[in-house]
Amino acid sequence: MQDLVAALPLAPVTLVLLLPALAVPVLAGLSNYRVSAGLNMLFSGLTFVAGLLMLAAPRSRSDFIIVDDFNIFLVVLTTFIGFSTSVYSASYIGHELETGRLTPTFLRFYHAMYQAMMGAMNVALVSNNIGLMWVGLEVATLATVMMVGIYRTPEAIEAAWKYFILGSVGIGLAFFGTILIYMVSSNVIGGGIPAMAWDEIVRHADRLDPKLLSLAFVFLLVGYGTKVGLAPFHAWLPDAHAEGPTPISAVLSGLLLNVALYALLRFKMVVAGNPAAINVGAILMTLGLISLLFAAFMLYGRRDIKRLFAYSSIEHMGIATFAFGLGGPLANFAGLLHMTMHSLVKSAIFFAVGHVAQAKGTQRLADISGLSTTHPLLAVGFALGVIAIVGLPPFGVFMSEFLLVSTAFARQPILTVLLVAGIILALGALLLRLQQAIFGEPHGKADPVKASYLPLFVHLLLALVAGLWLPDALVRWFRSVAALLG
Amino acid sequence: MNPLWFDIAHLLAGGVLVLSLMLLYQDRITAVINVFALQAVVLSLSVGWQALVQSAPHLVATALIALVAKGVIIPTALHRIVRKLDIHREVERVVSGGPTMLAGLGLVALSILLVQPVVETADPVAREDFAFALAVVLLGLLVMITRRNAVTQVIGFMSLENGLILAATGAKGMPLVVEVSVAFSVLIAFIVFGVFVFRIRERFDTVDVNVLERYRGERREHL
Amino acid sequence: MALTIDLPLQLLQITFLLAIAPLIVGITRKVRARLLCRRGPPLVQPYLDIWKLMHKDAVVADNASWVYRRAPYMIFAATWVAAGLIPTYATGLLFSWSADLIAVIALLGTARFALALAGMDVGTAFGGIGSSREMMIASLAEPAMLLISFAVALIAGTTQLSAIASLFSTGDVGVRVSLGLALLALIVVGIAENARIPVDNPATHLELTMVHEAMILEYSGRHLAVIEAAAQLKLVLYFSLIACLFAPFGMATGEKTALALVVGLVTFVLKLVVLAVLLPIAETTVAKMRVFRYPAFVGSAFAAAALAVFLRFVSRGF
Repeated sequence: MQDLVAALPLAPVTLVLLLPALAVPVLAGLSNYRVSAGLNMLFSGLTFVAGLLMLAAPRSRSDFIIVDDFNIFLVVLTTFIGFSTSVYSASYIGHELETGRLTPTFLRFYHAMYQAMMGAMNVALVSNNIGLMWVGLEVATLATVMMVGIYRTPEAIEAAWKYFILGSVGIGLAFFGTILIYMVSSNVIGGGIPAMAWDEIVRHADRLDPKLLSLAFVFLLVGYGTKVGLAPFHAWLPDAHAEGPTPISAVLSGLLLNVALYALLRFKMVVAGNPAAINVGAILMTLGLISLLFAAFMLYGRRDIKRLFAYSSIEHMGIATFAFGLGGPLANFAGLLHMTMHSLVKSAIFFAVGHVAQAKGTQRLADISGLSTTHPLLAVGFALGVIAIVGLPPFGVFMSEFLLVSTAFARQPILTVLLVAGIILALGALLLRLQQAIFGEPHGKADPVKASYLPLFVHLLLALVAGLWLPDALVRWFRSVAALLG
Repeated sequence: MNPLWFDIAHLLAGGVLVLSLMLLYQDRITAVINVFALQAVVLSLSVGWQALVQSAPHLVATALIALVAKGVIIPTALHRIVRKLDIHREVERVVSGGPTMLAGLGLVALSILLVQPVVETADPVAREDFAFALAVVLLGLLVMITRRNAVTQVIGFMSLENGLILAATGAKGMPLVVEVSVAFSVLIAFIVFGVFVFRIRERFDTVDVNVLERYRGERREHL
Repeated sequence: MALTIDLPLQLLQITFLLAIAPLIVGITRKVRARLLCRRGPPLVQPYLDIWKLMHKDAVVADNASWVYRRAPYMIFAATWVAAGLIPTYATGLLFSWSADLIAVIALLGTARFALALAGMDVGTAFGGIGSSREMMIASLAEPAMLLISFAVALIAGTTQLSAIASLFSTGDVGVRVSLGLALLALIVVGIAENARIPVDNPATHLELTMVHEAMILEYSGRHLAVIEAAAQLKLVLYFSLIACLFAPFGMATGEKTALALVVGLVTFVLKLVVLAVLLPIAETTVAKMRVFRYPAFVGSAFAAAALAVFLRFVSRGF
């Protein structure tokens, strides 16, 4: 494996960035949607392979690119879900063409944007330069904005516009925080590119001006927190999830939120490195809990199935943020595991929801019922996904939530009560809302599902395996990342 | 270095801030665009002056980008869009001039009070420029909140970004590559905006985003 | 220095302002006319107008009280004193100890009060409208003016104009953001107070838009001549205020040698002429506002001045 990587003309990390960049013009120029959907899969698959190769490649750093345990794991996760979503989307869009919601021209655009988004997320993940990281997130956001609005219904335009405005504001504030960080670090490290390199900044964290650092973190928190979907900056998230094409909902929930959280964590590491700065952990825990409880309550009144799961994403991001705020090896481990499991399971659920919506011709929860009779296989997948996402054993989400609760009880008993209450509330809401959909009396239309169930079950299988048995290598690796996070 | 040089840098930054305040109470779309263009020009002057003061030639590039992109191309494009959409005669009722203005002044005060004690270690010039930059950012936010028109909302966003550039040049030695990429992404954002304004227009026959409210996902379900 | 020199120098300033005021107005009218592609009246026309009015009978309404008859002289006196206090070509003149910014504002307020009373005295509709509008403008312009003086005073450490001017002319103060804001505010206040476009049009008698002209509509003869002269003086007053605060170069600040005084006088006239040319250029580029929008316009001056004071208050660096 090592030899193979060494034999490559380009480092795998370069490939991870180059492949999507290459794919954008190619896909934008192709008019045959079947070919471009295939190429989209091919490129995403190749990027995934490159991501896997990164595991074997030596860790490296330059002023612009950094490869460490933390981001390799996220790159692999991102490229994998990017790949499986592209497989899913290839079969999904055929149906959208039939119903006339999309036209071939828009599909060209859709595929190009898909690759642009994947590439931008990879840029954000592997960049060592905090400015470049910002650019990556901004481009990824803009690409998803375009895709959320692709159906051009009034609702889709409203959702995209709101997402655009709130996302831009968030990203603007995040940039202000980035400049502040640079200002602090340039006082210590000296001006120029090195002062923007994340690892340099962390190395000098204890010598940075604590007040300015704290101010910077507040801006970064509001900015990137908007992207993570933390309450009270979450307003764009349910709309964007509900109105865009389902594959986009899957990558939004499964990936973009993760990448934004990743950016936030990178800065958390900087600020936490300075004992005189504000207590980042407490802030993150508070925001995480607020998001969790808020989303858990909001789950009860939802009538739109995609919107329901969008709130569920807010809830899970809250849990992960809480875990990272708590800190310490065990809680960080739980947080990382939760990010991973949530990505896998939530994208799987959106795959299932996409099938359901296509079969039923609606996203209204009230009109969806009795899937177990009409679409047994889909009902099984969907039910397993719901069981997984609410945190029931034996799936991975249970593992991470259990780990988090057990370590949190020892350190923050009162907050943990709230945490558990939020998780149980959400569990109740999701089971209540979805029981009817899966086991109720079937009514309404019930078209056969033509798309492939493969990505759905692969994701669920992975989550199941992770819940039963985590490979030692993975555990060791998560541990080292958890230690890195402090 | 001659203290007068810093004073002038300061004055230009103050000019950007004043233009931000002016954006708040303009009620004609064309006037808003013109004030925005003027702000971009003053911004590029300010950045150019900083290039001289800090003897940082790469800032000249930033100044040129600001001048060409935000001072010329974007305003021209906006004028064209506004004409094409036939809304150039539209008078937008700003939420209400007086309170908005007071809120704006409050935000300026807030940002200065926020930055003032925090940045004691930095040199005073950078600190005050930074306070101005933060104020411009916050005023841009205020414009976005008080406006109901898609075009003026986006101008608020662009003026917010002017504040970011101001902040970036105030920080000594910000690498050029970052600024270029920022400018690039702003341009993309502008294109995205253009696409959406036309879509909103096409769907709703107006660019008043109040209309969009009716189509919020949750409400739609009541229809 | 002996009184024999100081007194004539102060008297020179006072009489010089009175003498040059109509000419400055003449220049603004001429430039404006040229910009509108008209030939315009000759530069000396304002002098001729005043001369002509002086020789006409003053018609006074039957129901006019003594206020109506005394007001023009009061307006003229207050404005003239205020204008005479502002350092023009030299600082440290005989009366400069009394040349306080706040005193100038108070004198202008007195003149405005008299004018508004006179406008309402006869009881015609136009006078009332004019007075109420004038007061509406004043209610924002006067606080703005006070804030401007605070901003300047926070920098100079005094409100005495002569001391401020000599401090500023040394160049030690440098370019200050708060001063820039104060200048902006002063220009807006000056436009509003002198009844220029976009707030008021001095050349119109359209009933819906008049402010200043509405109040003096009933006046004629020597009363009108005196009010006109006062209005011209007020314009020069604002010009010289801007010149002395924001462009104090050339003023005779130290020893009053003949050369320094001549240089001071020449530069002062030049400054006035430059301002008198710039004003109509600015005026021709904008349209007159509706009355509802005055508060926003004058309020912006208030906002700028408040910002200037605030900035100066929190940091010496502004």
